[in-house]
Amino acid sequence: MTARTLFEKVWDAHVVAPETADTPAVLYIDLHLIHEVTSPQAFTELRARKLQLRRPDLTLATLDHAIPTLHPRPNGERPYATPQAKHQVTRLEANCEMFGVELLGWNSASRGIVHVIGPELGVTQPGKTIVCGDSHTSTHGAFGALAFGIGTTEVGHVMATQCLLQRKPRTFAITVDGKLAPGVSAKDLILYVISKIGVNGGTGHVFEYRGSAIEALSMEERMTVCNMSIEAGARAGMVAPDEKTFTWLKDRPRSPRGADWDAAVARWTALRTDPGAKFDREAHFDAADVRPTITYGTNPGMAIPLDAPVPAARSAAEARALKYMQLTAGKPLAGTPIDIVFIGSCTNSRLPDLRAAARVLAGRKVAKGVRMLVVPGSEQVRVQAEAEGLDKVFTDAGAEWRLSGCSMCIAMNGDMAPPGKLVVSTSNRNFEGRQGKGARTVLASPVTAAACAVAGSITDSRPYLAEEAVA
Amino acid sequence: MNSVTRIQSRTAVLADENIDTDRIIPARYLTTTTRDGLGKNCFNDWRYLKDGSDNPDFPLNRPEAKGCSILVAGRNFGCGSSREHAPWALLDYGIQAVISSEIADIFRNNALKNGLVAIVLDTNPHRWLLDHPGADVTIDVKAQTITTPGHAEIHFELEPFARHCLLEGVDQMGFLLQHLDAIKTYEQRQREAA
Ligand code: SF4
Repeated sequence: MTARTLFEKVWDAHVVAPETADTPAVLYIDLHLIHEVTSPQAFTELRARKLQLRRPDLTLATLDHAIPTLHPRPNGERPYATPQAKHQVTRLEANCEMFGVELLGWNSASRGIVHVIGPELGVTQPGKTIVCGDSHTSTHGAFGALAFGIGTTEVGHVMATQCLLQRKPRTFAITVDGKLAPGVSAKDLILYVISKIGVNGGTGHVFEYRGSAIEALSMEERMTVCNMSIEAGARAGMVAPDEKTFTWLKDRPRSPRGADWDAAVARWTALRTDPGAKFDREAHFDAADVRPTITYGTNPGMAIPLDAPVPAARSAAEARALKYMQLTAGKPLAGTPIDIVFIGSCTNSRLPDLRAAARVLAGRKVAKGVRMLVVPGSEQVRVQAEAEGLDKVFTDAGAEWRLSGCSMCIAMNGDMAPPGKLVVSTSNRNFEGRQGKGARTVLASPVTAAACAVAGSITDSRPYLAEEAVA
Repeated sequence: MNSVTRIQSRTAVLADENIDTDRIIPARYLTTTTRDGLGKNCFNDWRYLKDGSDNPDFPLNRPEAKGCSILVAGRNFGCGSSREHAPWALLDYGIQAVISSEIADIFRNNALKNGLVAIVLDTNPHRWLLDHPGADVTIDVKAQTITTPGHAEIHFELEPFARHCLLEGVDQMGFLLQHLDAIKTYEQRQREAA
């Protein structure tokens, strides 16, 4: 048999009907995650066509995008930003009821950002095809799943047939060898990679992240890396499953058990790129070259080392970005005063992210005039963080500690930044207006964001981490 | 979906690279449960000034861009989120075709599924179109050509199935539903293997 890549193995195992010159492949989907914002029109479509949802058992819904992260009012009412946001939630509740879909809603201890709860529950597994009406579905690729975002029409396709029409994407190996320096995180690494290959570098491709630096990453860090594949234009990013993956998944609420677990691990172990398998494209990086990295522009590819000067604009679009960000080429971002810090999103809101930020904040205060928002990725993360006392660290420092949700990553629930304000954010997109009309976003790692909150300006976290090590 | 065979219009140009889905339709307008009426918020934060009046600097607000149904955009149009609200908003605004030298994967898929013709051209013809806003352009979906008076025809690639669906005005759900037997067989095989 010819040598195949990890992607090809997962793809081949899910082809219901092969692609031809005239028609795309029919690809089977093992897990369909849905949320309130991109599903209502798909349910409407099903009703209009008098179709059933084919596999409710392979479909899981949650509330995350437009929901408030503030606690309910004393009368039990949720403080929705708009009546429409509330309406989306009641629609999803009614739709799930009508079509027999399990909803991890307000009353569920498992609710959370769709890409955080999939792995947490153990429904995200190696070798699965996973889709969701959300581009950061690529996150699940950290487990060796083929996971990608789809539009609402396709959400309807999966609901009705459990399949999608797809042309086979090309493959792109991103190999990172060497070691990340202390204080340099997976977030810095992926921002660095995107800055090198560009925001369109992965268009039409599926990434496979490999090499010793990727193997050394924890599962949470691999999720951070795969999460941002879409920011380089790739629909999916994958990491071959290994012992770390299996250990992480074992005994999760919905992981296989007993003999099923053993059989699953045997299957999953074969999910690696064969020696000699060819990728359509390849890029190599050395982890030692990565420094604490932040963005300075209005797309995630406009990223530089934190202490480097802002580069001169190379195009009209970049000039526009610098103007929007109110930055001057040639000057470093370090030292620039900031207004808001957001720690959260499916990129960096898991327990280790919060622990890392708390290490910087412990015994310190958020600078005067800076607002800091910490939003856990899921209710599970929130409960665990509270059990460890992390919430206390944040609130003692002067930060707000919230219920889980997407919050200021997409700023559609009322958590948003006013025009002109500078936000240091652990999320994944720094597009114009992403965190509020006119708001300016600097993407960073959790430790960088926490250090910026304390300093009140853009700053390197490493001195803070070093002091902590001495103390 | 209505069939789309030919689009003739003057072009409007947004030359910026990497115009993302948040710029096409900001997230705060996604709290809708229908596909309709998003046109008024298409390019919202670019198109309107603070007081809600039209921003004269937004190229599509210029008098000569009014009524144009072909949008020529800078490289990597539609990057970012999977929101299908982006093509819905463009269509509702009156755009029927988007031409760029690169179009983000999910946006392109979403666009074609809604009858918004998303065309990727080589850099040279793309450059020419960027430099000539208001060009009188005819897109022939069947022949896969773009013509402008006095210039050689430009050929473009279109995924054959998407092209078929555009020309016939059929949607892909019907095609998928024809595969139900194969889908059942696949599921049966999976159950046996487990
Ligand atoms: S946290 Fe942000 S990127 Fe992640 S699913 Fe929510 S809105 Fe999308």
